[in-house]
Amino acid sequence: MGSVRLIARLDIKAPNLIKGVRLEGLRKIGDPNVFARRYYEAGADEILYMDIVASLYERNSLADIVERSTRDVFVPMTVGGGIRSLEDAKVLLRAGADKVAINTAAVKRPELITEMARYFGSQCVVLSIEGKSAGPGRWEAYTDNGREHTGLDAVEWAKRGAELGAGEILVTSVDREGTRKGFDIALTRAVSRAVSVPVIASGGMGTVEHLVEAVKDGDADAVAMADCLHYDRLSLPDIRAGALEAGLSVRTV
Amino acid sequence: MNGAKVTIVDYGVGNLLSVRRALEHCGAAVVLTDDPHVIAASDRLVLPGVGAYGDCMAELMRRELVEPVLGYVRTGRPMLGICVGMQILLDESEEFGRHEGLGLIPGKVQAIPGTAADGTPHKIPHIGWTPLRPPGGRNDDAWSGSIFRDVEPGAAAYFVHSYTAAPADDSHRLADCDYNGRRISAAIRRDNVVGTQFHPEKSGALGLRLLASFLKS
Repeated sequence: MGSVRLIARLDIKAPNLIKGVRLEGLRKIGDPNVFARRYYEAGADEILYMDIVASLYERNSLADIVERSTRDVFVPMTVGGGIRSLEDAKVLLRAGADKVAINTAAVKRPELITEMARYFGSQCVVLSIEGKSAGPGRWEAYTDNGREHTGLDAVEWAKRGAELGAGEILVTSVDREGTRKGFDIALTRAVSRAVSVPVIASGGMGTVEHLVEAVKDGDADAVAMADCLHYDRLSLPDIRAGALEAGLSVRTV
Repeated sequence: MNGAKVTIVDYGVGNLLSVRRALEHCGAAVVLTDDPHVIAASDRLVLPGVGAYGDCMAELMRRELVEPVLGYVRTGRPMLGICVGMQILLDESEEFGRHEGLGLIPGKVQAIPGTAADGTPHKIPHIGWTPLRPPGGRNDDAWSGSIFRDVEPGAAAYFVHSYTAAPADDSHRLADCDYNGRRISAAIRRDNVVGTQFHPEKSGALGLRLLASFLKS
């Protein structure tokens, strides 16, 4: 198994970096480019920009933010939020994104995953799933920041998405997001066991132990962290050191 | 190195902005071109490449850039191939049928085995940060005499690929890495031509150090 990737997640409502709890009650935090640069310099393995209002073609949009980040972020950038077509994905890849994450558009038209994988390669296509508990051992996939039902079983959807060509699955727990109570380990594990592509656990990181659990018990290949970084509760060097101490393989920076 | 001039061969494959910005960050003056004359007059050449091997070669041929690139290399000036731009330095690839490459470094490009060395299935593509090592061990002269000289063995670079270069001659291996027990050629070199399978422009400080060394070469 490779190194666990530490991903700094920045939720964007252009032009601001924002953060909520369970994807709601959003607060402005600051300039996303400034934060992205700070996380890059602190050793983030990857940057994840998620536009929560899908402003792709507006002025000062997500694409502009990504484009600016190519000046001072030299690790991979994944970008999601409002991507509906190959053309949308091209705009972001041209702006400097390495991967695009899709959710709503893939739910509406799953073939889009295959079309994107054929065109850009699977490694460029991340299927983003917002999973919310629907009873013991069951999660439903949601869209629009945990607001819209899809009727899809999150684990089945992940499996199908990988079969259709997604190169990576980003699993955000709507229940845990912004709570600092730890990742939804059962959800992460269920998805990891269902697919052979890498899985990114997202939502709920409050301590280094949460990260260790997500990897050891949840089989996550990568973890996304947001408010623990934004509010300076944890630093990337400390997280990296803690992960190493717990026996995880992480990149030496 | 301030003001070092670099030409990126822009042949319509993939996004060159990140490579450009990383080189600029290292102080380079960057030109993107598909003009054979500009290529011929370059101080340093970067050959990027993304997507399928066959598509990259087809696009180089369609734009009649194969001969200009080979001509540039014959002058002895430095060239750096990145990702598929590294793979096409070799003779051929078996990705989606057999495709001929530039033949600058003997060898071919093959699929990464679908199983780890212990026979268990592993994830393809190989995506992520993987530590680099000198093929000849710590006191590898090729490594220390190359753009890797400022890179600490064991430092990780960012990879995204399903196919891997297999140089025919071990002396052309500049850096290796290990993917679940499978030997991956991370960088190759023959004379003035260097190729990296990983993306230096996405490999953080390590990548920037490599690019800075390339600008001094």
